[in-house]
Amino acid sequence: MEIKILGPGCANCHKMEELAKTAVKELGIDAKIKMISDIQEIMKYTMSTPGLVVNGKLKHSGKPLPSPERVKELIRSEI
Amino acid sequence: MLKSFAAYITYDLINLPRDSRLADALNFFIYDTIKIFLLLFVVIFAISVIRSYFPPEKTKRILSHKKEFIGNILAALLGIVTPFCSCSAVPLFIGFVEAGVPLGITFSFLISSPMVNEVAIVLLWGLFGWRVTAIYIGAGLLTAISAGMIIGKLKLEKWIEEYVFKIHVGHWQAASPPAFRERLAVAKWNTLDILKKIWLFIIIAIGIGGFIHGYVPQDFLTHYAGKGNPFAVPVAVAIGVPLYSNAAGVIPIVYALMEKGMSMGTVLAFMMAVTALSLPEMIILRKVLKIPLLGVFVGIMTATIIAVGYLFNAIL
Repeated sequence: MEIKILGPGCANCHKMEELAKTAVKELGIDAKIKMISDIQEIMKYTMSTPGLVVNGKLKHSGKPLPSPERVKELIRSEI
Repeated sequence: MLKSFAAYITYDLINLPRDSRLADALNFFIYDTIKIFLLLFVVIFAISVIRSYFPPEKTKRILSHKKEFIGNILAALLGIVTPFCSCSAVPLFIGFVEAGVPLGITFSFLISSPMVNEVAIVLLWGLFGWRVTAIYIGAGLLTAISAGMIIGKLKLEKWIEEYVFKIHVGHWQAASPPAFRERLAVAKWNTLDILKKIWLFIIIAIGIGGFIHGYVPQDFLTHYAGKGNPFAVPVAVAIGVPLYSNAAGVIPIVYALMEKGMSMGTVLAFMMAVTALSLPEMIILRKVLKIPLLGVFVGIMTATIIAVGYLFNAIL
């Protein structure tokens, strides 16, 4: 599974990354988490960062960040 | 009920003598703290729920190809209810331009959003009452609308970085709107998250406010920065522009300035200069705006904030 975190690297983006890491660990799955800060790449998916993309599908974008349980759900739906 | 609870803690539980300065201060502090935290919880929760209905994509659709004036007013209002992380100013700007939102209207949106802040609303409401709160929101909207309109009139599109127009925007999949229960859950989580971040800070702010209230003479600033001094507004703005803090962080200073006799318009101008113009934001915007447009933006914002400051000094 491939997970992308969209965002230029602000506090919220890093928090999103943490949320995804925790969710992956708790789900016990094998996933690659990549931070995407390239604007052209971000604009392919959304204009509101931070974004969460799982297997090429935009699962969440913008503020407020999803709750930890919600992130788990979003990732699980792509397993 | 809150009042008697605060009095109970001060006089009975801690057993401070009645009518002492310290007891008064503590009584106020406990009452203010509880009141403001209750307000914070209710207001942030309510705004979070409202915001879940205004994702940036929807705002973009509403503003696309709108006429000036009406568009600027709408953009300033939507700036308050559309949630966006300051980190997404660049993608948002590109998305707006790409969707045909006029430049001046895009600016009205970008200006109003950081200026009208929910935590600041609660603090102002709790410390000064609803009238000051309404004035704060009104001044923020007025600044965003006028600055955006001026930028729109100047036709500065040539000073947007060329690559902005070349970026290929994907066909975004519309996420299905969340159920009402999901909105409430996210709002609750978000509220607790914000409170966790700011609680200590708020308590310190209330503490400083209480201290100044009790110990610094009331008209300390009136002489220098009262209504009588015509330079008070530009000086306050000149001090505020290089300073940066979010709207919530500047409230204790605002509280202190107002308590000690600075006039309302001057305080507002200072607050807007601190929150609306900042170096980090300029660096972010520089990615999409060429230097002349950035300069025009800072100039117009400064002038507008000064004008709004004078206006409120004159009518209040």
